[in-house]
Formats: sequence, C-alpha cells, structure tokens
Amino acid sequence: MNYFPDEVLEHVFDYVTSHRDRNAVSLVCKSWYRVERCSRQRVFIGNCYSISPERVIQRFPGLKSLTLKGKPHFADFNLVPHEWGGYVSPWIEALAKSRVGLEELKLKRMVVSDDSLELLSYSFPNFKSLVLVSCEGFTTDGLAAIAANCRLLRDLDLQENEIDDHRGQWLNCFPDSCTSLVSLNIACLKGDINLGALERLVARSPNLKSLKLNRAVPLDTLQRILMRTPQLTDLGTGSFVDEPDSEAYFKLKHTISKCRSITSLCGFLEVSPHCLPAVYPLCSNLTSLNLSYAVGLQGSDLMKLIRHCVKLQRLWILDSIGDDGLCVVACTCKDLQELRVFPSLPFEAGPSPVTERGLVAISVGCPKLHSLLYFCQQMTNAALITVAKNCPNFIRFRLCTLDPTKPDADTMQPLDEGFGAIVQSCRRLRRLSMSGLLTDRVFLYIGMYAEQLEMLSVAFAGESDKGMLYVLNGCKKIRKLEIRDSPFGNMALLNDVGKYETMRSLWMSSCEVTLGACKTLARKMPRLNVEIMNENEVEFNLDDAQKVDRMYLYRSLTGKRKDAPDFVWTL
Amino acid sequence: MSPPLLVAEEEGQSNISTVASSPSLDSISHNGTALKERNYLGLSDCSSSVDSSNVPNMSDEKKDNMNLKATELRLGLPGSLSPERDSDLYASNSSKLDEKPLFPLLPTKDGICSSSQKTVVSGNKRGFSDTMEGFPEGNFTGNSGINVMLPRSSGPQPAFMKEMPAKVPQERPSAANGLSHNHTGTPANGSAPAAKAQVVGWPPIRSYRKNSLANTSKNNDEVDGKPGPASLFVKVSMDGAPYLRKVDLRNYATYQELSSALEKMFSCFTLGQCGSHGAPGREMLSESKLRDLLHGSEFVLTYEDKDGDWMLVGDVPWGMFIDTCKRLKIMKGSDAIGLAPRAMEKSKSRS
Repeated sequence: MNYFPDEVLEHVFDYVTSHRDRNAVSLVCKSWYRVERCSRQRVFIGNCYSISPERVIQRFPGLKSLTLKGKPHFADFNLVPHEWGGYVSPWIEALAKSRVGLEELKLKRMVVSDDSLELLSYSFPNFKSLVLVSCEGFTTDGLAAIAANCRLLRDLDLQENEIDDHRGQWLNCFPDSCTSLVSLNIACLKGDINLGALERLVARSPNLKSLKLNRAVPLDTLQRILMRTPQLTDLGTGSFVDEPDSEAYFKLKHTISKCRSITSLCGFLEVSPHCLPAVYPLCSNLTSLNLSYAVGLQGSDLMKLIRHCVKLQRLWILDSIGDDGLCVVACTCKDLQELRVFPSLPFEAGPSPVTERGLVAISVGCPKLHSLLYFCQQMTNAALITVAKNCPNFIRFRLCTLDPTKPDADTMQPLDEGFGAIVQSCRRLRRLSMSGLLTDRVFLYIGMYAEQLEMLSVAFAGESDKGMLYVLNGCKKIRKLEIRDSPFGNMALLNDVGKYETMRSLWMSSCEVTLGACKTLARKMPRLNVEIMNENEVEFNLDDAQKVDRMYLYRSLTGKRKDAPDFVWTL
Repeated sequence: MSPPLLVAEEEGQSNISTVASSPSLDSISHNGTALKERNYLGLSDCSSSVDSSNVPNMSDEKKDNMNLKATELRLGLPGSLSPERDSDLYASNSSKLDEKPLFPLLPTKDGICSSSQKTVVSGNKRGFSDTMEGFPEGNFTGNSGINVMLPRSSGPQPAFMKEMPAKVPQERPSAANGLSHNHTGTPANGSAPAAKAQVVGWPPIRSYRKNSLANTSKNNDEVDGKPGPASLFVKVSMDGAPYLRKVDLRNYATYQELSSALEKMFSCFTLGQCGSHGAPGREMLSESKLRDLLHGSEFVLTYEDKDGDWMLVGDVPWGMFIDTCKRLKIMKGSDAIGLAPRAMEKSKSRS
C-alpha cells in the first residue's frame, strides 16, 4: 500500500464516494488520511455544532460541496424553542474568508440570514447549487442576492422554508446572462412573483430539468412555461385552478401531453379536481408523485389519477386517499418503493380514512416498499405482522397513529408485537418511528433485532428505564435517539455514558430525567454538549432533583457553543 | 361555578369597542336584564365562515339568562358586584375592589394590589361605553343601526395563519414548548371537548406543512363550501411558567370556553407539580380544588393583536378577537395596567 504514489491513491479514492466510506478510508493510515483529505470535495456535517467551520476548512481544503444540518429533528414539531440556534453565518463567514472554492451548499433546519446569503453570493465565483430545506430567517432579498450574483447558478432549491416574502422583484435579479439553471424550486414562497420574469428566466434556461412553482403561478402561465420546457423531467405546479371549459385549460392539456420527459410531478398547491385530468397523459411515465399538499382533491380524484401511474416508485399523498385508495395504489403501483401518507386535517375531530387496512393492502401489492411514513387512525398488531412478512426490505419505517397512545384497534393490546415483528423481519431497518400504546417490550425487541437501526423516534411509549436501556445496549449502530413524553429517567441516561460519543445526538423531552443526572453526565463526558432548555424568562431552578423539560446532547469537538440563547443552558 | 375568567361583557354595555371593524357577534355582553341577540352586522349576511360558525353557539348561550351574570366581563368572581363602573375612569385606588383578577390562575404571588385591577376594569369598561355613543345602554337590538360589514374575506384569515409561522423568527424566543401535561390528557381524545388543548407537536408534522394545509383548506372551503375553517393556533404564555402552550381558538366559541380551557392547561403551575409524561387524567385537578387556588390571584389574560399591541382579552366580540389575536399571554396584573387605555384608544380610532 505504501508504494503507491499519492496520485494513484487519489485516483482510487475518486471512486469512493459515500461519506462513510471516505471517513473509513481516512482512518487507515496517515498517508491515506492525507491523500483523502486533500482530495475530498463533498463534506457532510450532520450537526453543525459538532465541529467548527475552521477545522473543516483546514482539513478539507478542496471542499466544494458542504451539507450542514442544524436544529434537532424535533424542531420540526415545535418542540425546540425558537431561537435555539443553528445559524449558518459563522460557516459562510469562515468559508468566505478562506480559499475554499465552494460550489454547493445544502442546509437543513438552519437559520439563514439575508446577509449570509448575500455574502455567499459574492464570495464564491463558482457557486452553483443552493439547497435549503426547512430553514428560516431569510427573505426574498437574500434570494435576490443569490440570483444577481451567482453567475453559474445551477440549482436553487427551496424546500419547505419559512421565507419572509417581500414580494419584490427578486426574480428579475437573475441577469439576462444567466442561462445555467437546471433546477428551480420556489414552491414555498408565499407571495406573488413576477410572472413575466419567471417566463423569461425559463425561456433562457435550456438546461432546466426541474421546476417547482409556487401558489402564485396560475394555470395559463404554467402552460406558457411548459411550452418552453419540453425537456422538463420534474414539475411542480402552482395553482391548478381554472374553469373546465377555459381556453387556458384546453391549451394546457395539449401542451402537457407533449411533455413526455416528465417523470416527477408535485405541487397542486391549489387544485380544482376537474382540472386534474390534464395530467393524465403524464401518469404512465411518472416515477414520483407528490400530492401531499393537494388538499382540494378527494379520494375519488386521487384514485382516478393513480390508476394511470403504473411506474410509480415514490408516492406522497394525503390521507384523503383512504384505505380504498391505497388498495388502488397496491394494485397499480407494483414498483412502489416509498410511500408517505400525510394527515389532511390533522386537527379536525373527524377520523382519518386511513387505517391498517390500507397498509396491509400496500404490503401485499408492493413488495419492493422500503420507505414508509404513515399517518393513520388506528393500527393493529396483526396488520403490522402481515406487513413485516410481506415487506422485509424496509429501511425506513415510520408509523404515526393520530392518537399517540392508541392500542391495537382490535385487541386493545399494546402494539409491541407488531413493531417487534417489523424489526425482526426487516434486518436492514435504519430508521424507525413508532406510536400507539407501547410498553417496554417493544424496546426489548428493538434492542434484540434492530441491528442496523440508526435513528429511533419515541413518543409516549415505554414504562420504565428498562425500555431505554434495551435500546442503548442493544442497538450498536444507533446514532440519533429522540424521545418525548416517555418515562425514562436517570438510571437509563447514566447507565452507559460512553455510548453517547458513538452517537450524533440524544433528545429527551418531558421524560423523567433530572437536572442532577444531566450534570453528572456532562461532568463525566466533557466531549458532549449537554443542553437543557427552558423558556428564557425563567431562571434555571438550581434544584438537582428538578426534572428537566428538554435535554439535547450531542458530541462535539468544539465544546460549549457561544451562540446559545439565554434559555439554553449547557452544562 | 368557575370564575369567569374571560367573559363576554358587562351589564348593559356591549363590549364591542370597535364598531367599524369586526363583525361577529359572539358571546358578548349579556346583561342580567334584558338581553337580546345582538346581531351587529346582520350576521346572516356575513360571509365570513368564522362568524357563521360562531353564530349557533352564541345564540344558545345568549338565551341563558342564568349565565348572564357569569358571562359578564368582570375581574371578579361571579356573584360579586362589579365596582362602580360608571364612576371615574381611572379611579383612585381607594375603593376596595372585591373582585378578583380577570384571569386568576395563580395565588397571590407578586403582591399586586387588587386596586390595580380595578383600574384596569373601569378603564376598560369606560372606554367601551365612550365609543358606543349613540347606543342606548343595555338595549341593543339585533339589527340596530350598526350594520357594519366586515371586510372579512378569506384573505385576512389565511394571511393571519401564514403570518403566524412567518413571524416566529421575530417573536420573542419563548417559542413553543414541547410538553404536554397530564391534565390536558395526552391525546386529543375528546376528554374536554371545548377545551381540546392539543398535544404540542402531535401529530408530528412539520409546521410548514401544517400551516400550508391549513391555509389551503381554508381557501378551499371558501371555494367548495366544505365545512370547517382552518385551525387557529396561538401561543399562550404565562408569566412564571417555563414553557408556552398553544391553543386552537377555533375550538372555542366564547371567552368562557377559552378561559376554562386555559385554566385547565395552566393549572399545573398553580399546583406546582406536573407529571412529565402524558398519561391522561393522572393529575387531574378537581374543579373545586382548582377554583380555590384561583381565588386571589392577580393575573389577567391579554393578547397581542395584529398591530403588535397588548390588549386585554374580553373587550371585543369573540369573532373580532380571534381574527385579531396573534398570541395570548397571562400576565401579572401589574403589567396589565395601561392596557385598558390602549384598548379604548384603539376602539376610538377604529370607530
């Protein structure tokens, strides 16, 4: 091995692309470490507070593509106080000061400011790709800077961000010379956009493959855009509303039928059911369909549509599809690999039309299914056992009963056996999220069988510390554990403190963990940041016996973070 | 009978401080004496789904004269006389206020003198009556001259909904907490129908998606005439509490319902003990026990309206309230001084 010159090693390493593999490569010996780090272009940082930007830059001078994640996952559900952190500005500032030729930046659950976007836009002449997922803190002014200054911009992908829409003319800021766009996703923008600017931008982007529009783009604009982009593979409609006999609709039908390349369809942020048939010609080519925002569609509309989608691999849908609709999916979409069923009216009193019956049907009809997110009214152990038998290939399995502690709908027993069957059958399971009535037993099963499990989400489950212990002791590969409202306490927390350095993070909220135990943990493990969260006005009660509302701990090489707000106390 | 923490109105005078804006009637001012359905806007004409959904509730409530006293806006327990309302606006603190604070959740902790409450009360009421020139006191009839049309289309509502999450970055960092208390009952299983306090963060859907669906279904409702307006979640904070809660204002039709819901939600602070995992009913307070603790506290319920001002809850019709309320706060009575004059000015500027 030592006889290979660096160039050869580098060439070989070019074929090693996954982060984990490259991380492994770098551990072999010093020269491999050196060659690897100099040749690494893509870096993934799962927790932006685990390492400082300066160290990343120092280690990987050839960095071109950076992925950063900020807030803990439960921030998605309002469990993390608002100004907790996750600011990207130190990263962008550090990168700007360095000689890194950043080309791609992907951020998830981070706070991004307009200033950061502006700094980003003019610091990196080769910057090509910006992907922001579930971020916040910026406005369309920041987007204007990106549009104006990133000459080679290829991707601008904004997914589910909270963007303050100043309703400006940010789209106009793309210079006429900008012709490089391949992917543009503005679906989360809430305000109006300049339709003319959009059309012109699209017209001068011959490489455009993916376009996802926002609610403000009406049907007729869509039609004109599609005329210009017959090469589009990925389409997200904006408003899909018009009179059924309108000329615009008629033209759209005609135009769409010419877009034979579209394989991925989403949007329908506003939709009239009678306009939906316009997309039927596309259905037979679709591999990905996301109708999870299409509130205006009933189960019957969805069923009619899906009957045409024989090649579908990925389906995101609302529970208005109902169990019957899922049966249609099961009959039609034999290649289905990923299914997400979201609740359409989460806080209404009525029951969801999706139950275990739909899931069982899917498992029978779609044996290739490996990724599931399923919100349902009820579940049974029998159903889960059947699903486990039919679909042993699950990698991600997330089940959410709308009532978090609902037992088996038939037997009124806990759902332990059902989830146990899932983990026992699906040996490749990496992510699991459970709900329903669950005792310690399910954790016993998880500890025993879920050998590949990396991420576990627990809510309102378990009976005692034993539950958590089963998981911590049994799941060797667990990286992220997030627990809320479950009776796990100090004994479980402190049983094996070294374990947490092998994990990215642990979240526990509304559990039985006390302040004293957290302090003990922090003391024993200096390379963990143990954060306790309270609302900012309240002084921290210094009583060690006090139960902690929210604890978030993560391994870090940088020590206590300096941007923590008052209500976050790092022990 | 639980203290009327938030109550529609006081005797005789409708609490509608702004004539020009909001429409809905709601559980306003019922007076011990003659109480008629006050259809300030000719509600049958009202296109707002908000209002129409409120109307049925209101009429039922209004008819019940027995509860009128209880539904009065007053900072006190039912049955106790309200202080001289017609007397000086910001009256001297000399007169003893035997009424309890509007939102007496916690026992006397901060030693806020009750007279300050009175100030608030009187100011409030006076402010209202000032704006209601031209209306005979205590005698409103259903299609009285004020046929104010509310400019309430679907626009503002979803905008409001959208604003809420969008404003989160600018709000004070006491954002949602992640706890559900035993007393709220873990799953929204209909334990307390009116006070259906949701478990925070359940079902686990990204707030972006939640808001987006809510907006869209609201829009679609207008279009397709489907029932059920979008949920209207607002944060509820309380001085001294370590975390906030959220309530869906659409679950309630009256201030009374809201106040009892909030009572239940924040009762754990009163007792100083709450379990941390959600087994329903584990630490339920008996109503009477709760009430006993509520006596003598000096907390008021306030809300932040669209202009960013903190207002005392209970002044305006329910419908107007939920349209303008962005967040709720249970604050100490001493902090609440000064809300009343603002409420008055606002109502004046609006009328």
